[in-house]
Amino acid sequence: MNSARVKEFYYLMKLGREFELAAKEEYMKGNISGFLHLDIGQEAVSVGSMKAFAKGDVFTHYREHVLAIARGMDPKLIMAELFGKREGISKGRGGSMHLFEPKLNFYGGDAIVGGHLPIAVGCAYARKIQGENAGVFTIFGDGASNSGAFFESVNIASAWKLPVVFFLENNYYAIGTHISWVSPFTELYNKVKNYMPSVRIDGMDVCEVYEETTKAKNYIENSLGPYFIEAECFRYEGHSMSDNAKYRSVEEVEIFKSRDPIENLKKKALRENLVESEFFEETDKKVQKEIEEAVDFASKAQEPDIAELYEGLFCKECANVIS
Amino acid sequence: MLYREALNRAIDEAMRDDQSVVILGEDVGRYGGSYRVSESLYAKYGSKRVIDTPIAELSIVGNAIGMAIGGLRPVAEIMTVNFSLLAMDQIINHAAKLRYMSGGKLAVPLTVRMPGGVSRQLAAQHSESYETLYASIPGLIVFAASNPNYAYHALKKAIFLNDPVIFLEHELLYNEKGDVDFENEIDPFKASIIKEGKDITIISYLKMVKESAEAIRVIEESLDVDCELIDLNSLRPVDMPTVSKSVKKTKRVVLIEEDHKTGGYAAELSARIAEELFYELDAPILRIGGEDVPVPYNRKLELASIPTSEKIAKKIISWGKENGL
Repeated sequence: MNSARVKEFYYLMKLGREFELAAKEEYMKGNISGFLHLDIGQEAVSVGSMKAFAKGDVFTHYREHVLAIARGMDPKLIMAELFGKREGISKGRGGSMHLFEPKLNFYGGDAIVGGHLPIAVGCAYARKIQGENAGVFTIFGDGASNSGAFFESVNIASAWKLPVVFFLENNYYAIGTHISWVSPFTELYNKVKNYMPSVRIDGMDVCEVYEETTKAKNYIENSLGPYFIEAECFRYEGHSMSDNAKYRSVEEVEIFKSRDPIENLKKKALRENLVESEFFEETDKKVQKEIEEAVDFASKAQEPDIAELYEGLFCKECANVIS
Repeated sequence: MLYREALNRAIDEAMRDDQSVVILGEDVGRYGGSYRVSESLYAKYGSKRVIDTPIAELSIVGNAIGMAIGGLRPVAEIMTVNFSLLAMDQIINHAAKLRYMSGGKLAVPLTVRMPGGVSRQLAAQHSESYETLYASIPGLIVFAASNPNYAYHALKKAIFLNDPVIFLEHELLYNEKGDVDFENEIDPFKASIIKEGKDITIISYLKMVKESAEAIRVIEESLDVDCELIDLNSLRPVDMPTVSKSVKKTKRVVLIEEDHKTGGYAAELSARIAEELFYELDAPILRIGGEDVPVPYNRKLELASIPTSEKIAKKIISWGKENGL
């Protein structure tokens, strides 16, 4: 892993972490409402995967702020969306769970567990017949891997050899339901072994996530069919802001916190002399400033006008007929 | 031309004119379609664009949404509306909402074709209508084709609209014959006045248009009236100007649907007519719909569960007499 790469990972993970902490604070203040699912602890998954899968289409679940940032979405526009503002990336129509930007090929934020998987598979079909080999990346949790949509998607992607990376972030909990209660095994990559290559990786290590996603990307780019990655990871917070996560012991949380992706990358970088220590101080300051600017932008942005209620429901042609 | 041939021709021409049009569904390709709507298309356009899917409705629609986002114009076939319940999450939570949730940025140019209605003794799980479910969802467009001309023009138009269209067909109409005017395009969002009249407005869609048309002669002779028959064509949005103009003229309105009467499409439309045209009416609105039972297998019971031309005539005549006609 070269120095520039490590620096980029650190910056994006730190930016993601601080973004989430700021979002949490703004939620407590009442500036953000609805469901807010924080990615704190899972930044290595979001950053490592998005940096490896830099081209192609991305379809995500609803814990997607850091994925969006790593894809290149402006944190200001994300924060404004969380605030429900007109300047938000989805013009205040989506909120935390629905961050879409076709210009980035980022179709982020499906809030029906597993609901985006068939859509990702369909998009992969389109790419295949259009002759574009960059393919599709789709990310989902352990909970989604028990849904019918998951099994249908795995079957179809495999039967038709579609260019799609299925990325499962296994943080062991579907809200408060432990995966061992509802799946016959907890190493979930076993679910697809007869369908496609599948690996289990350390999702707390950004370099490993990057390297393994790169392998997956290369595999699908060569038109060999779908590829499956299960990344073991951990969310430090509850499922959403309305979950106090009482179902986990302090010890369990501490074990995972000792594997913190940001701290461990920093330690490794210093130990291996990949990055000078000043970089971290400078980056932390830069990130702090960016996050302050994002919150400031979101606070000052405008609320949508009530007259705009129906805007964006239909294309112009259909909207004209309907009104 | 047969109704199913008109649908076939619409898809064929769309596929011929635009490489991005693809069709997918159970048995649409090699088999030629359960109702032969996609006959010969597989041989013509190949397996990349005519896609035989597994029996997985959630994925048929979900995949089609992904294809639409990816730049294609998919036409998904669901074998019957009854099976569309398995795809409802994709239709309602995804197809209908993605554009709006993204602040208008995402287009989902998707057509989902599905036949429904009571055919011949297919029993409860193969005989439903359910248009009321889709017509109640913001973000969807719902067309209902009652004849070959509308089927041809509306399907072709639906494929090239940039928003999701639920395209409803009726299982007993596939072999109906009718003229198709290929030269003159129609506006699929507009209702058609099948027959002009001045005393009673009868509004219907899909197969009930035919049943209503057959009932009209008896009604007119018995009550000595002149009936106006409207085919709605588009259920969402509904062409209220045409409905309104007719009701203002006749002052009496009858709504006819095959679906269960309770919570049916006519319930919504009659509410709108009552809200918007109450003082125009000289008689209570009459709704004629299916009975509130799962559709039974036995032929006698099956026919008892849905409106037929005889029942329509009888009900309208008695309602007319009660209301001064």
